[in-house]
Order: sequence, then structure tokens, then C-alpha cells
Amino acid sequence: MARQKLKEIVINREWCKGCGICVHFCPTKVLELDFDEKSVAIRPEDCICCKMCELRCPDLAIEVLTYEGEDNEK
Amino acid sequence: MAVKDYLRQRFFPHMWCPGCGHGTILNSLLRAIEELGLEKNKIVMTSGIGCSSRISGYVDFHSLHTMHGRALACATGVKLSRPHLNVIVPMGDGDALAIGGNHFIHAARRNIDITAIVMNNRIYGMTGGQFSPLSGTNIKATTAPYKTIDQEFDVVQLAIAAGATFVARSTAFHAKESTDVLKKAIQHKGFSVVEILSQCPTHYGRKNKEGDAVSMLELHKTNTAKLGSKALEKNPGLTARGIFVDLEKPEYCAEYDKIIAFAMKEKVS
Repeated sequence: MARQKLKEIVINREWCKGCGICVHFCPTKVLELDFDEKSVAIRPEDCICCKMCELRCPDLAIEVLTYEGEDNEK
Repeated sequence: MAVKDYLRQRFFPHMWCPGCGHGTILNSLLRAIEELGLEKNKIVMTSGIGCSSRISGYVDFHSLHTMHGRALACATGVKLSRPHLNVIVPMGDGDALAIGGNHFIHAARRNIDITAIVMNNRIYGMTGGQFSPLSGTNIKATTAPYKTIDQEFDVVQLAIAAGATFVARSTAFHAKESTDVLKKAIQHKGFSVVEILSQCPTHYGRKNKEGDAVSMLELHKTNTAKLGSKALEKNPGLTARGIFVDLEKPEYCAEYDKIIAFAMKEKVS
């Protein structure tokens, strides 16, 4: 199966309330809260596209945009 | 359709506190509806009063924001007059089982095709943190400064005993599982009850020293176990998650149609 690859992590700063759920539960620690207490993707290269931040976000502020990567077997 | 297309975006950011589990439940519910490919025009969301009930204002479906505890009564009316619509009723713990307790058991008894979601944060959040029938014993609340002595309802057991034909439980932490359970509950023909444990960091978490939203979600992870899992077998004190009942029984609207057909035949002959 082709692996999902990250295009962009879109975070709606107007909607984010800085609860830190995405930051804490990210398995590869991609996200952090900035000085405004808003979530930012500081290490997008580590993202494994599990999308758990998007699914758990209580403010519906995160969208993980992906594309189909090359086939794993190749 | 993207999840955002199901939202009334003009009301965002929503009024729920930072880290409120109700937002995650809305997120899971929208994903369930998206994956089922339901049309916006075919869904009616009816809600009562409370933090949880604000959910009907945020979704771009037909919506009714009704009286405290009476969401299921209004939903019954909608479903009987328009049986082809999907009726979803999100309720809080107090809304569903204190103020609306009677409506809850009777909707379950009738087995009317409605999906009831109990968003259980174990406290009345909107009015300032009073304890609810789902708080349980040894809980601090505004109305119980020396801790509660009231036993809690077990929503799952109550719904099964009252006659609901689909009963499940999940948590806000298990977002993917919630989506799967909600999908099955919406598709089920009959009264479905889904209890989703939610977190109220503002009132419940602060008073009971459970910390912020993150540590409350960690508790959802450690204090629950999947139905039929080894972890639950070893430690029966954990809260079970999963689908408890999935039965087929005569559905209320279908039975009502039969009665109408019978009465019309009598009239003609």
C-alpha cells in the first residue's frame, strides 16, 4: 500500500485555544505551543501522518493534508 | 465532503472551554457522518440544555435546541412525522439522566430509531460545576464541598434494561473508536445509546485534582479497557468500552405505520 506523505499541517490559529492535547499526544512530537499559546508544527519532517491531532482536536482547528507517497514495496 | 463543510463556521471558535471533550466528540461525530456519506438535509440534530447541547448550533444540519432534558421527546415527534430522516440527539449526563431521565428510559423502551449520544463529563459544567447523577461517590463539586455520597447510574446497564437495542461506550481519548461506534449507532435501526466519556477540565478536573485536559485524557486511557480484552479480565474495576448490545427488535415508526395501515383498512371495509 502506498504510504501517506505529509503535504502540510494546517492549524487555524483563530480556532485553536491552546489546550495542548495535540502537543502531548503526538507520537513524534511534531507540535508545540508558541508564545501566543497556539499550536504550531515545528518539526513537520517528523510527522507520520497518523492524524490523531486532527481527530482529537476539540477545537477542530487542525487539518493534516497528505498525498499518496510512492509504493512501499518498490 | 470535508468535515468543515458540516459546520456552521460563522459560530467558530466555539464556546466550549480549552480542552473540553465535547469538541472532540463533535469532531468524531462529524467524521462518522462524513464516512457514512449522509446528506446534510437528511439529518436532524435535537438537543436540550447544557454545554453539550450547544453542539446542535455548530452543525449545519436541521437542528432543534429544545428544553432541558426534553430533547428525546422532541426527537420522537420529529422521527414519527418524518421517519426517513436520521435523528441524532446529543445530550449531557444531567440532561439525559437527571432532568430527562424519564424521556430516556421511555425512548429506549419504545425502540424508536433515534441515536442518543450521552456526552458524559460527570458534572453540570454550564451552571458552575454541580454534581450530576453520573458523578458517582467521593467527588467534589460546587454542591458537594465535602464530597458526594450518591451512587452513579451505569448508563450502559440502564439503557439495556430499558430496552435500547444498540448500546455502546467510548471515550473522547479514543477518537477513532468513537467514530466507528457512532457510525454503527447511526446505521442501527432502533434506539441506539452511545455513552462517550468526556472531560471537563474547568469544573470537574480542577475540583477533583485531575489536572488539565491532557491528564484527564490520560485517565480515559488508563481507566478504561476494551470489552473482551485481557486487561479487563485481569482488572474488572476498569470501565469497559465497546459495543454491549446490538439487537434487532420491532422499531416504533415501522410498527406505527402498520397500525395506520390496519386502521385505514378497517375504515374502508
